[in-house]
Amino acid sequence: MFSRAYRVAITLPPLLWVTLFLLVPYLLLFCYSFWSVSPQQIIVHSWSLDNYRELLRVNVYLQTLFRSMWIAARVMFFALLLGYPLAYYLSFHAGKRRDLLYQLVIIPLWVSYLVRAYAWKTILGSDGVLNTLLEYVHLTKHPLEFLLYSPFAVVLTLTHIYTPFAFLPIYASLEHIPRNLVEASHDLGASPFQTFWRVIFPLSIPGILAGATFAFVLSLGDFLAPLLLGGPSGIMISNVVVSLFGAVYNWPLGAAISLSMLGLVLGLLFLSETLEKKWSIR
Amino acid sequence: MATTIEPAINQSAKSGAQPLLSIRNVSKSFAKNPVLRDVSLQIAEGEFLTILGESGSGKTTLLRIIAGFENASSGEVFMGGERIDMLPPYRRRVNTVFQNYALFPHLSVSENVGYGPRVAKVDKSEIAVRVEQALAMVKMTAYAGSKPSQISGGQQQRVALARALVNRPGLLLLDEPLSALDANLRRQMQVELKSLQREVGIAFVFVTHDQEEAMVMSDRIALLHMGELEQIAAPREIYARPATAYTAQFIGHTNLLRAEVRGGVARYGPLRWHTSTPDGVALFSLRPENIRCVQDGSGANAEVICFRGRISSQAFHGATELLKIACEGGLTLSMRSAARETWEGERQFEFAAGDAVPVRESHSGEGGADR
Repeated sequence: MFSRAYRVAITLPPLLWVTLFLLVPYLLLFCYSFWSVSPQQIIVHSWSLDNYRELLRVNVYLQTLFRSMWIAARVMFFALLLGYPLAYYLSFHAGKRRDLLYQLVIIPLWVSYLVRAYAWKTILGSDGVLNTLLEYVHLTKHPLEFLLYSPFAVVLTLTHIYTPFAFLPIYASLEHIPRNLVEASHDLGASPFQTFWRVIFPLSIPGILAGATFAFVLSLGDFLAPLLLGGPSGIMISNVVVSLFGAVYNWPLGAAISLSMLGLVLGLLFLSETLEKKWSIR
Repeated sequence: MATTIEPAINQSAKSGAQPLLSIRNVSKSFAKNPVLRDVSLQIAEGEFLTILGESGSGKTTLLRIIAGFENASSGEVFMGGERIDMLPPYRRRVNTVFQNYALFPHLSVSENVGYGPRVAKVDKSEIAVRVEQALAMVKMTAYAGSKPSQISGGQQQRVALARALVNRPGLLLLDEPLSALDANLRRQMQVELKSLQREVGIAFVFVTHDQEEAMVMSDRIALLHMGELEQIAAPREIYARPATAYTAQFIGHTNLLRAEVRGGVARYGPLRWHTSTPDGVALFSLRPENIRCVQDGSGANAEVICFRGRISSQAFHGATELLKIACEGGLTLSMRSAARETWEGERQFEFAAGDAVPVRESHSGEGGADR
């Protein structure tokens, strides 16, 4: 239907882009992960699995990875907990306010991530808004220390930032449910509560899986929130990678951790894709 | 409210018995747009009532008010003496077969059918028995384990029917359930649906825009036009004695004759016939099949009207054909007769005075033109 030249013309630019800015860097990263650094801080191009062994041998790396996963899991949980009811309300009960509310969910995405993270810093700090308020109303005598520079602060901030990402696919899947199925359920004698659990919820599972994946994967790779608000106990795996590429100057080990993370995330995406397919019936 | 005597609107088909469902003065507007105006009708136990109307006539809205998906702007709905229009749909002993079936895509055929008993917390073993019976009734037992997406439209239709009937509703509502099927399957389902209805003895309210379908299946037809009930009667009666010009034109073909009545005689062009209609302009419906072609006009008398004309066009319909007669005085009439090869030259035609049925002008005023 289209000429060969036309097809080449529209395929080539994105293909070049992906090759140049995605495949080549990953290939480089892949190579680096098998190299090493000499004591003189020079990259030695000798191939070995030492970096991967190091990764498994040194407890800090695995501990940080597990902490990151635990933080990401909590963010996922809270993002679903907030995102699902919101999406359900918008899709089924918001009526005329729906478009407005939808915009209100989306608008925070336009605000810079940094600004939002700093906002939490001013809220949660020792002299922050929250502690000042708590002391002012005499609920506490001293600033609550766990609020800032803790995994709590990271989970809170990431939940705030990634809830819209969990909300959107859930909302889309709820919007996809034909409304006459809800009517049919009521018609057959099911109360609104029964209708939710037997019809609406099962049909929204693909959206929940997609939303959960977004929230988990995005949080897992996050490094700004732990950097700004995490403190020593809130360090995540990406912070380790950043320091390995920066101050520590051990690119090979950083590359090995990056690629391991990439493998983990691809595995998760594959899993969620499989589950979504299993659950979407049409 | 003061006690009022129930007005004798539309005697139900089975006289004497208390009506199963009674719709009283129901009106409905969407954003000040009236879609139903003061509709009252009654449905008897075991009756097959068809709500017939073109799109926009309000027929689906009326059905949705009975089911509970819409609230009437005014008026009341009673079922078995109990007022139901305030109840949510899941508290009504009414089930619906939806236009596009609305089967649950994540549930198998048998789970779909078992949905009603299951949410009603019926015993598991009893559910299994009832689902099996319902599937057998619609001949879908072989597909019990299939998902709705794996079966054809006609089969989905049967499952939707089983899913509704398994709850043993007092009344079954069907919203154009056959409109998605092709013509042959549709005719087959009309017959099956009708015999199924006789078998289960549940009253059916069937919504359609297809007047032939309505005539084939119904005990009574309620014809809706622009939100108003035009006429409610048995198919034969509504066909033979249409009350309004709209009814006469919507159900079957007709000739609408705008005649001048003076002293018990209607005059329409050169045609004259006796009528009991009071003086003034009156509309008459004359069915095409009530006009006959005759050898000579000698049979004419006070009851049989004779006129001359020639056939100006011929539309072949298989067993019959529809002919246009150009009569004396520039009138055109439609006539239906057994299919014949040729119609040449001027001929004699006749019709009985009793077949020219006086009809009311419809509210919207159409039907003035004689076709």
